Amino acid sequence: MTVALPARGALERLATRRRTRRRRLSTKTIVGALICGAFLVIAVVGPMVAPYNPSTQSFAPVDILHAPSMAHLLGTTSRGEDVLSQILVGIRATVVLGLLTGVVATALAVVVGISAGFLGGFWDEVLSLLSNVFLVLPALPLLVVLIGYLPSRGQTSTILVLSFLGWPWGARVIRAQTLTLRSRDFVAASRETGERTWRIIFFEILPNEVSLIAASFVGTVLYAIGTSVTLAFIGLTNFSQWSLGLILYWAQNGNALELNAWWWFAPAGLCVALLGTGLVLLNFGIDELGNPRLREATRRVRIEGRAWRPADPTPVLRSARPAGEAARGTRAGATRMVDQ
Amino acid sequence: MTSVAFFLRRLVFYVVAAWAALTVNFFIPRLMPGNPVETMMAKFPELQPQAQRALAAEFGAGHDGSLLHQYGQYVVDVLHGNLGVSVIEYPAKVSSIIGATLPWTLTLVGVATVISFTLGTGLGILASWRRGGWLDRVLPALTFLQGMPYFFLALLVVDAFANHLRWFPIQQGYSQGLVPGWHWPFIQSAVYHSVLPALTIVVTSMAGWMLQMRNVMITTIGEDYVLAAQAKGLSSRRVVVTYAARNAILPNLSGFALSLGFVISGALLMEIVFSYPGIGLTLYNAVTSDDYPLMQGIFLIIALAVLLANLVADAIYVIADPRARSQRSEA
Repeated sequence: MTVALPARGALERLATRRRTRRRRLSTKTIVGALICGAFLVIAVVGPMVAPYNPSTQSFAPVDILHAPSMAHLLGTTSRGEDVLSQILVGIRATVVLGLLTGVVATALAVVVGISAGFLGGFWDEVLSLLSNVFLVLPALPLLVVLIGYLPSRGQTSTILVLSFLGWPWGARVIRAQTLTLRSRDFVAASRETGERTWRIIFFEILPNEVSLIAASFVGTVLYAIGTSVTLAFIGLTNFSQWSLGLILYWAQNGNALELNAWWWFAPAGLCVALLGTGLVLLNFGIDELGNPRLREATRRVRIEGRAWRPADPTPVLRSARPAGEAARGTRAGATRMVDQ
Repeated sequence: MTSVAFFLRRLVFYVVAAWAALTVNFFIPRLMPGNPVETMMAKFPELQPQAQRALAAEFGAGHDGSLLHQYGQYVVDVLHGNLGVSVIEYPAKVSSIIGATLPWTLTLVGVATVISFTLGTGLGILASWRRGGWLDRVLPALTFLQGMPYFFLALLVVDAFANHLRWFPIQQGYSQGLVPGWHWPFIQSAVYHSVLPALTIVVTSMAGWMLQMRNVMITTIGEDYVLAAQAKGLSSRRVVVTYAARNAILPNLSGFALSLGFVISGALLMEIVFSYPGIGLTLYNAVTSDDYPLMQGIFLIIALAVLLANLVADAIYVIADPRARSQRSEA
């Protein structure tokens, strides 16, 4: 009994250490999650806390192109609209468009990727060819042409067109993962026990691809937000709904840069950049969950005044001071190893 | 599988992709809601009857033959280089407008992309070599550049260097009053005008190459053969460059082909922001003024150019990666 106790203690210590290690997320991931969370909150409450109606124009000289003040925290446009209100309202449309496109395009990617990887053979050839063709066709020019033909440029049609072009990248990655999973023993085992195909797909394969699907979703949201803001900037958007892109469109059309009205274009642009950065950082975190080497590259140990990382070669250290000329050769070799 | 067979397989894929681009281009105006011919007639009431007839034939509004017949006619036309007639610049042919604007885009975007790829990959190697060094710590800041929409950065650059500092011209591809041609004043002016646009492309696209190179390098440096090279006592420069980087660059090379679509998108915006006389600005003008034939012709040419560039990237990949020559590879 007395012998078992310390062993159990050590095991428990090991278990707690493992738990704390698992909980440790990299700073990048936390920052990314915080940024994305903040934008989600603004998307929900933004329109409710906006101090003015974003479209209310005022042509009183005080209100035109006024720099930030107490009445207008982010200044006004050349038509006297409040920039802060436009941003608070506009974030919702941009975020909603990104999320909806992400959901639709990722769903398409999962369906195509898993069918191609799981079915194999003829269907794999056809679906892979389809996604590869979509991948090499330049997306933005095609989008511009497609949206150029649309009689009405509402949010729904933009989401549909963006999703229609946004699925192939995710589908390709998911297909590759499905291919490796399909030949694993646990899938073979469940097939031998007579599980139905849909059950194997949903309960054996899909759970193993969650991080991949999440990364693909975040990537698609990033693509959708970037592209929709770009399309809005060149005037291919719904002009009756405020979005970050539309603010930038009007700022550009109102010569905000030439007039030095930084408060008109900078906040909206920085919002897009910040949101994009948040999504990229979040994706790093998901990447690091899947690839331990990237995660461990950030952890280091100090040996003899130098930082070492897990992927570095094992340091060869001098244990004793060698004396005489004869030892110099090996010593030089050893120090060189340390210097790598 | 020999390199020839691999290359042939890729060639078949690109032919299929080109056919897909052609077909998408044919069906877009016929499947989209609304009638493009009527839109254009309403917008340009002064169009001559023969232009109207040409448009009607091009978009299938005329009743000459079945869809299949129209499709056949369309393919024959495209193969003969006949992309129709522009509406805003009637009676200029779409193909001659593209011929005049494409060289601008190809030169600028080509040079900028090669610079960006080389610099980004090199810096990625440096960052992975000196992990935890200043370059590695700057990387998260680069994601901010990457997250920023391209046009926004371009606008800021224009504002700083052209509006305030007045170091570079704001717009156009060359100074007013110069006749384009192969003479020194024109070339000088064109190069001077292209510095700022090229800079914005390099700055925005470099971070992506750098990040990918760094991440692959970190994985590669952990491989046993790199450890073996270090154990042999080779200099660290040699280990990093000829052992690790040589292999780590392969994903970047194949990514290069896939990124060309994004490069084209960036170029499109660059030309709009800088009023650069390339194919992107022409596409933008065509879309804003509902010039459907020009729009479609440009999309087709951009798609074909991207496919061709992909083919070249594939050829380089086959030379760089012996495995692509010996193994059955993914299409």
